[in-house]
Amino acid sequence: MLKYHFDWSIVTSGKYFDWLVSGLKVTLEISAVGIVFAFIIGLVIAVLKMSQFRLLRWLASAYLEFFRNTPLLIQIFFWYFGSYKLLPTPVNDWLNTTNFEFAAAAIALTIYTSAFIAEDIRSGILSIPKEQMEAARSAGFSYLRSMQYIILPQAVRITVPPLVNQFLNLVKNSSLAMTIGVMELTYQARQVESYSFKGFEAFTAATVVYLGLSVTITALMDLYNKRVLNPLRR
Amino acid sequence: MIQFQGVHKWFKNLHVLNNIDLHVKQGEVVVVCGPSGSGKSTLIRTINQLEPINEGQLTVDGMDLCCKKTDLNRLRAEVGFVFQQFNLYPHLSVLNNITLAPTKIRKTPKKEAEAQAMQLLERVGLAVKRDAYPTQLSGGQQQRVAIARALAMKPRIMLFDEPTSALDPEMIGEVLAVMQDLAKSGMTMIVVTHEMGFAREVADRVVFMDHGVVLEEAKPEEFFLNPQHDRAKQFLKQLLSPMH
Repeated sequence: MLKYHFDWSIVTSGKYFDWLVSGLKVTLEISAVGIVFAFIIGLVIAVLKMSQFRLLRWLASAYLEFFRNTPLLIQIFFWYFGSYKLLPTPVNDWLNTTNFEFAAAAIALTIYTSAFIAEDIRSGILSIPKEQMEAARSAGFSYLRSMQYIILPQAVRITVPPLVNQFLNLVKNSSLAMTIGVMELTYQARQVESYSFKGFEAFTAATVVYLGLSVTITALMDLYNKRVLNPLRR
Repeated sequence: MIQFQGVHKWFKNLHVLNNIDLHVKQGEVVVVCGPSGSGKSTLIRTINQLEPINEGQLTVDGMDLCCKKTDLNRLRAEVGFVFQQFNLYPHLSVLNNITLAPTKIRKTPKKEAEAQAMQLLERVGLAVKRDAYPTQLSGGQQQRVAIARALAMKPRIMLFDEPTSALDPEMIGEVLAVMQDLAKSGMTMIVVTHEMGFAREVADRVVFMDHGVVLEEAKPEEFFLNPQHDRAKQFLKQLLSPMH
C-alpha cells in the first residue's frame, strides 16, 4: 500500500517554486558563461594544436590531455579549495567578498569542456580540404586570417552536432557545482527536499527542467543546422 | 616580371624542377604544357610560393622570393591564382567570395568592393548569380567566379593551373573565353593547360616541360608546326591525334 501523498503544488508555486526558479537562473548563468568561453577557448586550443610551432602544439596537447583526463569534480574542488592558496592575502580577502563559488565552478566547467570542444573543432578543421587553405593563402591571407575567415567558419559548421553534445554535457555537468555551494538547480532541488521531505516532487521538477533545457538547446542547434548548414551541403 | 634563374626543387628524392630558366615579360601570355608529372603545376605554384623552391633565384614583380624579408602575403595579393578545382569558399555567396579578400586585405570599403565585384561578375557573365552559393553553380560557372575572385585583388599577374581540366567539355569554352578576354586586356598570364587551341590563339609563347626540365620554348606557331624535341613531337602527336 502506497502511503506517500504526492503534492505537486509545492514545486509549482510558493516558496519552493521560487527556490527552484532561482536555481534555474544560476544554472542558466553558469551554462551560458561556460558555453561561450568553452567554445572560444576550444577554438584557440584547436588552432594552437595545429600550429607549425612545436612548442605551441605541445602546450595545446598538454592542456587537452590534462583537462580531458581528470575528473570534473576534482577540477571543481581544485579551483575552489586549491587555487586561492597560491594567491596573496589581499586578493583572497577580495575573493571572499565576491561570488567565488560561482567563479570557481564556471572556470572548472569552462576549462574541462573546452578540452573536448577543441578536439571536436580540430577534427572539423581536418575535414576541410587543404585546397581551401591554399586558396586563402594564395589570395594573400596570412595563416591566422585564413583560419579566421575561411577555415574555421566551415569547420565550425561541420562541428555543430558534436558541439551540441558538449553543450548538453556542460549544462548537465553544472549540477556538480552544488558540491561547492553554488545555488544552482540541483542544489535548490536538494534544499526543497530537505525542507519539505518531498524528494520525489523536488527531483522530478529538477529533472523536467534539465530535460527542457537540453531539448531547447538541441532544437536551437537543429534550426541552425537547417538554416545555415543545409544550403552549403555538397 | 617573372624571372627564374637556375631554379631547382625536390620532393624528397624526386627532382620536380630541374634548373629552370624562364623569363616572363609584362603583358605576356605564356602557356605551359607537358605530360602529367612533368612539373608544370609545381612551376607555377612556386611563383606565389605555394611551393617554396630549394635552389636558384626567383623574382616576381621585383620581389626576391628567396629573400626571407619578402612579405609573402603581399606578394600573393599581387598574384592571382586560379585552381583546377576552383576552390571557391563554400560558406560564402558568390558576391562575398569575391569581396572577402579586397575588404579584409586591401581594406576596400564594402560598398566599393561590391560595386567592383558586380563589374567583374558582369565581365564573366554571372551577375545574376551574385547571391548564389558555389554548390549551386556548374563547374564552368564556379571557375568563372574563381577568376573574378582573383581579379578582384587587381593582381599584376594571373596564374592558371589547369583551369579547364575538371570541367565538362561544353563548359570549357565559356572559361577559355573569359581567359582570352583577360589576355587581350594586357594581363600578364601563365597558364598550365592542355587546351592547344587556346595556346595557339592566345599565347605569346609556349613552354614545354618534361621531368622537371623545360625542353622547349617557342612561339605557338613554331611549336605546333615544327617542334624541335622528340618528346614534344610525341606529346603533340598524342594530344592532337583523333584517337585522343
